[in-house]
Amino acid sequence: MDDLLVRARQLTVKFARGQGYVHAVSGVDFDLRQREVLCILGESGSGKSVTLRALMRLNPPSKTIMSGTLSVGGHDVVAASEHRMSALRGPFVSMIFQDPMTSLDPVFTIGQQITETIKRHERIGGSAARMRALNLLELVQIPSPKRRLDAYPHELSGGLRQRAMIAIALSCRPKLLLADEPTTALDASVQIQILFLLREIQQEMGMGMIFVTHDLGVAGEIADRIAVMYAGRFIEEGPVESLMQAPLHPYARGLLGATVHEGSRGSRLVTIPGAPPDLRHLTDACAFAPRCGEAEPVCLEQLPEFRRPVPGRAARCVHVKDRSSATAETVSVGSVG
Amino acid sequence: MIFYIIRRILYAIPIALAVSLVCFMLVHIAPGDPIDAILPPDASAETVAMVRKDYGLDKPLPVQFGLWLGHVVQGDFGLSLANRRPVLNELKVAAGRTFLLASTAAVLGFVIGCVLGGVAGVFRGSLADRMAVGFAVAGISVPHYWLGMVFVIIFSVVLGWLPAIGAGPGEWAWNWLHIRHLILPAVTLSVIPAGLVTRTVRGVVLEILSQDFVTTLRGKGLRSLMLAVHVIKNAAPTSIAVMGLQLGYLMGGSILVETVFAWPGTGMLLNQAIFQRDIPVLQGTTLVLAMIFVTLNLAVDLVQTALDPRMRRA
Repeated sequence: MDDLLVRARQLTVKFARGQGYVHAVSGVDFDLRQREVLCILGESGSGKSVTLRALMRLNPPSKTIMSGTLSVGGHDVVAASEHRMSALRGPFVSMIFQDPMTSLDPVFTIGQQITETIKRHERIGGSAARMRALNLLELVQIPSPKRRLDAYPHELSGGLRQRAMIAIALSCRPKLLLADEPTTALDASVQIQILFLLREIQQEMGMGMIFVTHDLGVAGEIADRIAVMYAGRFIEEGPVESLMQAPLHPYARGLLGATVHEGSRGSRLVTIPGAPPDLRHLTDACAFAPRCGEAEPVCLEQLPEFRRPVPGRAARCVHVKDRSSATAETVSVGSVG
Repeated sequence: MIFYIIRRILYAIPIALAVSLVCFMLVHIAPGDPIDAILPPDASAETVAMVRKDYGLDKPLPVQFGLWLGHVVQGDFGLSLANRRPVLNELKVAAGRTFLLASTAAVLGFVIGCVLGGVAGVFRGSLADRMAVGFAVAGISVPHYWLGMVFVIIFSVVLGWLPAIGAGPGEWAWNWLHIRHLILPAVTLSVIPAGLVTRTVRGVVLEILSQDFVTTLRGKGLRSLMLAVHVIKNAAPTSIAVMGLQLGYLMGGSILVETVFAWPGTGMLLNQAIFQRDIPVLQGTTLVLAMIFVTLNLAVDLVQTALDPRMRRA
């Protein structure tokens, strides 16, 4: 298990709000190996960004309560001191944020924002750090990088800013790169460039990557594995090809049906009726059941465990046959959806 | 950048003209004839006419304004009606004293405001935050001439630590004999800017800390000290702008405090000039104060432009 970058077991994140709690993440299990790309797919408020931030413990410290097991590179993120965490951020794990317009400090130059990160974590001189920054801007393919080093964020276009953001995230050669919807705020044409750049760099540097998105197309482009998240839980997990072709969970099928993708040509797009549940009052039932066309009485009573019809795939739905318990029946997952 | 500075300086010229016109008008519109203040009530009509002619007060107002402006441009503010001394000399001394008082109060207020506002912003909702906000509200609301009198009662009358009036003997010098005269008026005058800056800095810090880039900075593993540098650099333009404008108000608004402490600055000069109907002193002082205000505004804009890269292209 030496190549395990992330190990999460029953990871729970809740935020104090008024009298009660918002249960943003309620019991998430996953592993991430080196060089692996996991894509967490879900709609707004499903807890995907919170899960990602939990990996670096970047959720607002005063309001956040984390529990469960979460180890990143062997470090216990739930229990580590703030001092230890800050030493980890940058050289071991770093994040690319969603909106490059607001995620860069407007009154510091791009070069300053890269070099301060390098200087924080390494014993390095000013000119050497600047050289590294220049190389990083070349790595993320920013044209005329020397000039851009002294540019302020507002002087760059959205795409260039996101490239600069990536350069900052890469500045201390992290082993794990987290990306929080890094292409959502960008033009469609720029999105695909950034996506290809990220995949290229991820493979070149051999990083593990967790990519959060609500865009199925993006997920299909970059991921090895996909985890679909709903109301703070992973409800389906599997390799990208099989999950995209034949999702197991009704919610995942709904997501696919509501999106334009290769398989959907000619057919009507279908929306999922209803809205996600209120995360302040979460019950121990399948959270999707109230919106699900295939729901049965048992769905409203208890949370289904993960069922594994084939090795490597899993879904929390009573309709999915569990290979371990299914003895005589033949499971025909491929035909669903 | 240089073109911007030149443009801003050129903009200041029409403002200065308008300000001097208003100064002139106000003084002349105000009721009361300056002649009454110079001559005894039983002076003959010929004497009155002669004096009126001597001072140029018999000419139409636009002509008087033209003549006055012509002299002012050459640095000649005329002679005081009350004591026949050149206005310029008195003004220089008084403006210097007022500037000393106002800038000391401004520095004091700025430092207090930054510390309190910064602490309040970082530790929002804490006891320190509530105390800082309370202080800020009190500082802005308390009438400072009243506060000045309270200070005099406590520190001069009861405790006898500090002098109640004046600016010390003779010319100003940086020694304890003079500085002890400065303390009470400066502290009194600093309360309003301290309150304002506290509120401003608190708001700005809260706003900055809620922004996405702070999460980015934390995500880079930066230590609190480096985070503070980022927050300060982001907060500086707004805070300095507020303080710069406050300094302008302090220069003109210290009249009451100067009167309470008998501080021989422009406030006291104006006060005397008003009661003596000393038109040249009144006009000159108002104009100089207004010009200082305009200049400070200009300086604030330039400093802000220098500090905030986003404003440089504007």
